Amino acid sequence: MTSNPRQSENPSDDLLAVEDLTKHFPLKTGGVIHAVNGVSLRQRRGETIGIVGESGCGKSTFARLCLRLIEPTSGAIRFDGGDLRSLPARALRAKRRDMQIIFQDPYASLDPRMSVGDIIREPLDIHAIGNRAERRAQVVELLEKVGLPPDAARRYPHEFSGGQRQRIGIARAIALRPKLVVADEPVSALDLSIQSQVLNLLVTLRAEMNLSYLFISHDLAVIRHISDRVAVMYLGRIVELAEVDALYANPAHPYTRALLSAIPQPDPTRRRPRTILAGDLPNPETPPSGCPFHPRCPSALEQCATVYPASRNIGPPDKPHLVDCHLYD
Amino acid sequence: MEDLTVSFAGRDEPGRRTGQRANVLEGVGFTLAIGAIVGLVGESGCGKSVTAMSILRLLPSPPSRVERGRVLFEGVDLLTLDEGAMRDMRGNRVGMIFQEPMTSLNPTFTVGWQIDEALRLHTPLGRKERHQRCLELLRLVGIGAPERRLAQYPHELSGGLRQRIMIAMALACEPRLLVADEPTTALDVTIQAQILDLLAGIRERLGMAILLITHDLGVVAEYCDEVVVMYAGRVIETAPVRPLFANPRHPYTAGLLASMPKLDGGRGMLPTIPGMVPSPGSRPVGCPFTDRCPNALPRCRTEMPPLEIGPDRHAFACWNPVR
Repeated sequence: MTSNPRQSENPSDDLLAVEDLTKHFPLKTGGVIHAVNGVSLRQRRGETIGIVGESGCGKSTFARLCLRLIEPTSGAIRFDGGDLRSLPARALRAKRRDMQIIFQDPYASLDPRMSVGDIIREPLDIHAIGNRAERRAQVVELLEKVGLPPDAARRYPHEFSGGQRQRIGIARAIALRPKLVVADEPVSALDLSIQSQVLNLLVTLRAEMNLSYLFISHDLAVIRHISDRVAVMYLGRIVELAEVDALYANPAHPYTRALLSAIPQPDPTRRRPRTILAGDLPNPETPPSGCPFHPRCPSALEQCATVYPASRNIGPPDKPHLVDCHLYD
Repeated sequence: MEDLTVSFAGRDEPGRRTGQRANVLEGVGFTLAIGAIVGLVGESGCGKSVTAMSILRLLPSPPSRVERGRVLFEGVDLLTLDEGAMRDMRGNRVGMIFQEPMTSLNPTFTVGWQIDEALRLHTPLGRKERHQRCLELLRLVGIGAPERRLAQYPHELSGGLRQRIMIAMALACEPRLLVADEPTTALDVTIQAQILDLLAGIRERLGMAILLITHDLGVVAEYCDEVVVMYAGRVIETAPVRPLFANPRHPYTAGLLASMPKLDGGRGMLPTIPGMVPSPGSRPVGCPFTDRCPNALPRCRTEMPPLEIGPDRHAFACWNPVR
């Protein structure tokens, strides 16, 4: 990997750059889960990268590795110009100001014994931002930003609906004006009419605060709506990475094609014959040899069973469309 | 199903009965033709699962109570059957599958034992014949190596396989009606496609009707013949699938369709439905959607519009429908 095609022209444009990131979870049985396998990715400032894949593909683990919420087994992470992996605990904690996370389950991720005001103010307290009065004023401002009434500060999480709780989680995540926000399935638990409200809020905040999102979802329509570039993960690897329009107009990896074809479309006049993948997702403890997708792949070649394919750029040099597949050798 | 109204005893915050009852379903009615797939859609709390449970009479009573209405299945009102007759119906003439196959399967028995149970209860078949039938059923739902699978326990199987086992159990006695409550919500999209194609194929072969309960409008568009849209315990629109998606008349249905991010859609702001669904205890006198509705008229606050059937068998309950 001497000429890494994931390298962008000017490294200082990068907010986040991870290189060959790997995480193996050892099991009590002596086995190893290969959760993330040599993933490299660069995210520009202000860019939203969507990470899509099915359960167990490693997308949540990958995002947590990027923030060092989980320690990687190997690989490099550069964030905002500095090496994140070599930071000692205290410096890492200070750096966390700039990187926040929004979780999927708004019911489980808020402390039920804290008032909403305390929940949102906590990051400001921890990082000692302003004095007490200033912090209280900021909480009110944040509530307004995410579309909640000021009196919400005195109430408790259980008094709010799922969509409102997700707004509370978002207010807390943006309290420190971070540069990077990892959004881990932030709308998956919400009803359709609430999902669009929260997606719009995330889009508005991104523009107002120049946020970069690492946006994780299994929903390809949501990913398309919010992302600038999209990474498709399968069993611990990014198998395809491209600008959003290129990926949806011209999906290259057989897995991406199958994933797109499997999504039911809300248009009964266009019932299509679909590519139905046979079989289940493989066990990440014993991933298939070669390309891990080969046992389910409709176009598998002989070498797919033995050699993992190198990343190829099938797009123009200035807008790389990277795919890990022997079909493009 | 006609005019089904089901209430639940109200509870205050610490969980004490308050003595007040709230209607969770309000005059719900629709029909399912032989061999049709009908999608029942709506957001959480709209009463779609309560509707399914009422058909099967699986709601615990108390706290629930059927206030009025009928559930006619092949001419018989299921709500008037005694418990024994209803048990003969469930798992025999009417099959059911639920969202979470892990909680619906018994972890202490093998898969084979659980599929066999329905056959033991509802058929005169002997042990050998039942074993053959179990193998047949697993093949029908696309499970390879059925002999080996029968001897396994639910925890040894993946989510997709468990849902196939649930379907095999539901199909054991070749039911005329299958009630499927969010059968693929817990599954990944590639597995969801396998399961839904399987259900559609079995419907063709066995000619059973399917009531498919889902919150996913894409699933409805691709697999259903007819759609019933529920909001706050009422049916607010019902139609064959094409006119419903081409020309939704109720502002709620139109709003839901518009608010979905689409694979081929634009990337700006999504249209939204403001506000939230009212809870059963605090539903207004008139149309429950009034406060969120862009088309609301003064009349909507005081009077619930009836569900009127127009051309195309397209029915909607709205005083000021979308044109």
